[in-house]
Amino acid sequence: MQPPTIKPVSDSALLLEFENKIDRSTNQQVLAVQRRLAGDALDGVVEIVPSYRSLLIHYDCTQIGLERLQNSLLELLASYSAEQETQRLWRVPVCYGGDAGCDLDEVAGLHELDTNEVIRLHSTAEFRIYMIGFAPGWCYLGGLPEALHTPRLESPRLRVPRGCIPIGGQQGLIGALPMPSGWRLLGQTPVRSYMPGREPAFLFAPGDEIRFYAIDAKEYASLDKAAERGELLIEAETL
Amino acid sequence: MNGLQVIHLTPLCQLQDLGRRGWQVQGVTRSGAMDRFNLRVANALVGNHLGTACLEFALTGGEFKVSAHSLRIAFAGEFELTINGAAQPCFVSHRLCRGDVLTVGTPRRGVRGYLAVAGGFACKPELGSCSTHSRSGIGGFGDRLRAGGELPTQLNAVAHGLERSLRPALRRPLSREIRVVRGPQDEHFTAMGLQTFFKSQYTVAQDSDRMGLRLEGPSIEHAGDGNIISDPVLPGSIQVPAAGQPIVLMADGPTTGGYPKIATVASVDLAALAQLAPGDPLQFIEISVADAQSLLIAEESFFSSIEMRLDRF
Repeated sequence: MQPPTIKPVSDSALLLEFENKIDRSTNQQVLAVQRRLAGDALDGVVEIVPSYRSLLIHYDCTQIGLERLQNSLLELLASYSAEQETQRLWRVPVCYGGDAGCDLDEVAGLHELDTNEVIRLHSTAEFRIYMIGFAPGWCYLGGLPEALHTPRLESPRLRVPRGCIPIGGQQGLIGALPMPSGWRLLGQTPVRSYMPGREPAFLFAPGDEIRFYAIDAKEYASLDKAAERGELLIEAETL
Repeated sequence: MNGLQVIHLTPLCQLQDLGRRGWQVQGVTRSGAMDRFNLRVANALVGNHLGTACLEFALTGGEFKVSAHSLRIAFAGEFELTINGAAQPCFVSHRLCRGDVLTVGTPRRGVRGYLAVAGGFACKPELGSCSTHSRSGIGGFGDRLRAGGELPTQLNAVAHGLERSLRPALRRPLSREIRVVRGPQDEHFTAMGLQTFFKSQYTVAQDSDRMGLRLEGPSIEHAGDGNIISDPVLPGSIQVPAAGQPIVLMADGPTTGGYPKIATVASVDLAALAQLAPGDPLQFIEISVADAQSLLIAEESFFSSIEMRLDRF
């Protein structure tokens, strides 16, 4: 593994930057270091936030000095070996098209594909959650087939529906609560990535594998009711 | 339940504490008080734990009627404050009785102020904090914060006793010089771009809020295309989108962002930013990580002994 660059971020955080690209092995390294750090529970480390290719470590400088933290990190990185990650796989139902998937036809048109072919490509793709960010439970997915790489909208929509399943650039997404977004909407899932008050409130984690499958509007409606009652609807398979 | 009854209130008033930690990995923003200094001062004045949730006011105020038997309150921030129509000082605790009317007016200086009640408001923490994040519907008092709403407090009565105040010399002065540490993505800017950022005056734009302060001023030159692979951000991150106008992320900012960050605000100066209004000018001053940490350690030491620094009368 190429060692990450360690950069201080003002007085209360350190940024570990790994290779500057979006790919599976870089993201696996980020998450492996995150798990290792979380396991070590260094005094003064307040919060560890992973993303595609970097890790932000929040710390309390009244408890641990910058130099000591940097040294602990270097030690950890030197002794670290990339262990196999335990992976979870989720099969996520999606109702493609309709109001919540209003860009489906346009995406098909842009790529000169049949609408059904767009659905087939999206629902057979092997997605991985690279990062959860922006808003609670918003999962950024790598693994979108090249045939579906699509520029984002020029001006974002002010509100996209709960549970939207959009694509943008080279990425896929699982939406949670309604938010502004400039991504192209392909459909909607009844699964709540985040539901306040439910146990667990959050379903997914960075590193999880995602596969989508198509459901019709009737199935959507009945699953949506169950989700509204607090049911998770799906279970993770361990790979 | 007893506490404070809302007579009228601005929608910009929210319940905030020191924020929510540990959930950014799930995309949950930290939130919490924009001015953490004054939130802690307000709590100290009424004898609370310093991180107890307070009502945060921005630019406008509200009016409340005491429905508890008696309450002790304090307001930290330079606002017009009246009790039963008579002007009262901020940064001083006051004992109020059932039926008293407390009016928070507009700021005399700055933007934000904090109303603390002794014992705290009765609010169920969500994901470990009472802070409001309205965009994701997490925490806070929700629709109780409107005319007729009842804001329950933990205590229904407080004893007579010495009131407390914080003398002006110990209050945080307003400042338009904001200390920052370079990076973490300063290499995405040209030498000229960095010079523009550190030498120019910027102005707070109209569409600034708890998510971030948008700044207007000389455009900052990028070395690249102004995009990075999205990575984690924090309150104080200064993003520069392709157009070259900086945005300082604040308490309700997103957890991740895709613009390079030229610098990061020293934690102690986030409170100064929180007191800037649209139209106010500001200038960034570069300091080292060690300097920023010394400032933060000094501030924390001030708060660990604030009990001894308050005047009692």
